[in-house]
Amino acid sequence: MKNDPLKKRDPNLLLQSAPLLRQELTTPAAMKEVWIALLPATAAALWFFGLSALLILITSISGALLTEWVFTDKQKRRFALSDTSAGLTGLLIGLTLPPGLPLWMAFLGGSVSIGLGKVIWGGLGTNIFNPALLGRAFLLGTFPIAMTTWGAAGGPGEFFQLHSSNLALPFMQAQVDSMSAATPLGLMKFEQQGTALWSLFMGNTAGSIGETSALFLLLGGVYLLLRRSIDWRIPTAIFLTAAVFSFIMFLTDGDKYPSPLFTLFSGGLLLGAFFMATDPVTSPLTPKGCWIFGIGVGFLVVLIRLFGGLPEGMLYAILLMNAATPLIDRYTQPRIFGRQA
Amino acid sequence: MFNFFSLGQSFSHGVHPPHHKEQTEDLPIQRVPFVSRYVMPLGQHIGIPAQPVVKVGDVVQRGQLIAKPNGFISTALHSPVTGKITDIGMHRYVDGSFKAAIEIAADPYATQQFSVSSTQSNSNIQDLNLDEFISAVQQSGIVGMGGAAFPSHVKYSIPEEQKINDLLVNGAECEPYLTNDHRLMVERPEAVLRGCEILRQQLGAKRVAIGVEKNKPESISKLQQYLTADMPIDIVPLEVKYPQGAEKMLIKSIYNKELPAGKLPRDIGIAVNNVGTIVALADYFDQGMPLIERIVTLAGPGVEEPANLIVPIGTPIRDVLEFAGGLKEQTREVIMGGPMMGSPVADLDAPILKGTSGILAFTDAETARPREYPCIRCARCLEACPYFLNPSRLALLGKARLFEEMQEKYNVMDCVECGACTFACPSNIPIVQHIRTAKDNLRNLSAKNN
Repeated sequence: MKNDPLKKRDPNLLLQSAPLLRQELTTPAAMKEVWIALLPATAAALWFFGLSALLILITSISGALLTEWVFTDKQKRRFALSDTSAGLTGLLIGLTLPPGLPLWMAFLGGSVSIGLGKVIWGGLGTNIFNPALLGRAFLLGTFPIAMTTWGAAGGPGEFFQLHSSNLALPFMQAQVDSMSAATPLGLMKFEQQGTALWSLFMGNTAGSIGETSALFLLLGGVYLLLRRSIDWRIPTAIFLTAAVFSFIMFLTDGDKYPSPLFTLFSGGLLLGAFFMATDPVTSPLTPKGCWIFGIGVGFLVVLIRLFGGLPEGMLYAILLMNAATPLIDRYTQPRIFGRQA
Repeated sequence: MFNFFSLGQSFSHGVHPPHHKEQTEDLPIQRVPFVSRYVMPLGQHIGIPAQPVVKVGDVVQRGQLIAKPNGFISTALHSPVTGKITDIGMHRYVDGSFKAAIEIAADPYATQQFSVSSTQSNSNIQDLNLDEFISAVQQSGIVGMGGAAFPSHVKYSIPEEQKINDLLVNGAECEPYLTNDHRLMVERPEAVLRGCEILRQQLGAKRVAIGVEKNKPESISKLQQYLTADMPIDIVPLEVKYPQGAEKMLIKSIYNKELPAGKLPRDIGIAVNNVGTIVALADYFDQGMPLIERIVTLAGPGVEEPANLIVPIGTPIRDVLEFAGGLKEQTREVIMGGPMMGSPVADLDAPILKGTSGILAFTDAETARPREYPCIRCARCLEACPYFLNPSRLALLGKARLFEEMQEKYNVMDCVECGACTFACPSNIPIVQHIRTAKDNLRNLSAKNN
């Protein structure tokens, strides 16, 4: 017999208040989009840096996941990793690490990203700084030599050529890496030596495992933009500002300062602009705020690269603008409909 | 004629929920048969409840006055049926509470023919001055038919220093699933235009604009077809976007004017009325028919046979649903009104009201909610909010019960609770529910302080 809701005395109807309709996107699905967008860059990391890259990513992701799990309430553990954001943070910090980094440092980096970058603030959505970058800043400050010893890019033929320093035991002095090389930014800054744009574009240069290939980062970034997963204003503002600022400097002294294209394609600028500066949690809510944020990142990164002590400035540019985000939000509240600004 | 390739006039922000109108948009309006019992809540409009003028045991005719307005912001009630008053007392309302109502048992032998003599309407509209017109509208029991049920005559009472230049007729019907206004415009375009002319002349407005969302091309072409050159009426195709039918959005879309916060449309010379209200006016002044029935869309995945129905006001929802083949087994929730702003039905024996535009039934698929995730500040709610509020921040403050800060810094009282933010939220945060709680608390607080 049919169970007719009309015939029941008490139909047990739900009383959820409107709106009943929801758009399809959920937060875990939004995270999945970022995972998909990072696939090309991850593939490029494995292509150029082989087994070392694979092991670094595995350890940084496990460091992040384990920390998230340990610090989640027992009752909530069932859901702890369901939004996949912890794993994503682990992948993002992994992609910013040099290929020869001892694996225990990569693990520690993932763990610090989640522990100090996210959990301590109150979990997903509450942190002020981008967790992956905070973890990277921690590593850079703690292990400056290991974090600035770069391995040259290889190819699939050398997939199994592991950097010996990867396997350094925890808290032991890292062994000197025989395969070390300078990054394009380092060459530029300390030796005024350029790198072919084609190499920067394809990615067979020294550098952090996930940052070298402009092509594959652009693929992922364009995917995110097309899917409207990230605010287009942030990367646009970063690219325009960095390009204009470095072009002005390039005009003043073309030998000392790099061209705008070099600025855009080298170092972590693309990885940072598409995947870290656009982290919604740590970037402004308001459209105007996103422009200010992006302009700030673009300006700071060139300023640090050209005039600071470090060859690369993306890390600190984003972290500094993260710190300014609550203030930017406060002063860029949209004008309410029917009210004066 | 309008251009099918342009989006239509619009406002900024808003969301695009799937409109789901295909279920009922081509179904002609049918009349539901009379049932045995009717319940007329005295307070089914905004304002002071009406005052009964009948007693238990009285025999009433269809269309006869059964409760008179009890003050200015109050309106009349008429019997939807010929029969006998069986009770004046507390009856179940749609939200599950009990409200004062008149219960009428229909006379099974009556023809239920409506006769003009049972109403006091003065059908000679040309002879009425504005004050007589306003009191006639109050006696007709006509309220805003879009859902708010605000007594219409109050809207027409314009202070002397103000002048209405434009009459804006709301045929946007931006709520998904609902097609009652659409069918009304398709099947009775003359009545729509006639009502526009009556109201325009009474208010002394220069022009009329009828705004219709572009997903109702048949409504637009039917109105165009009956429009004659001597009528100063524009039919304005609007972009399909929610909440296009919200009063302030509609004014922005059609006149490109931003109604200042805290002001009424009449303050900028505009009167806004729903098409349903306009047709009710035409029927009252042409045929003497007070507001005793209305068009209700029955739709949603839980309804067996979706339909557009003329339903006598006061008919129990259960009877209307039975006429439409009943509910599917998987039905989990029934909504009165649209899915974005309607209210859940707690008891199916509660009656259809003057403001009931639809009865929608939803199944597990639409009512099951994923877990609520933390706000990741994705700003989709900011892009959705047509009032440019900051729903993300408001939800966060609302959760912390910082209601005063919500008003002082973020103007929470400007929210009209359209639900666009909550529709857009990927973390499934009940944003508009937090806002409603805050607004209720703030209202109580200011009432206490006064």
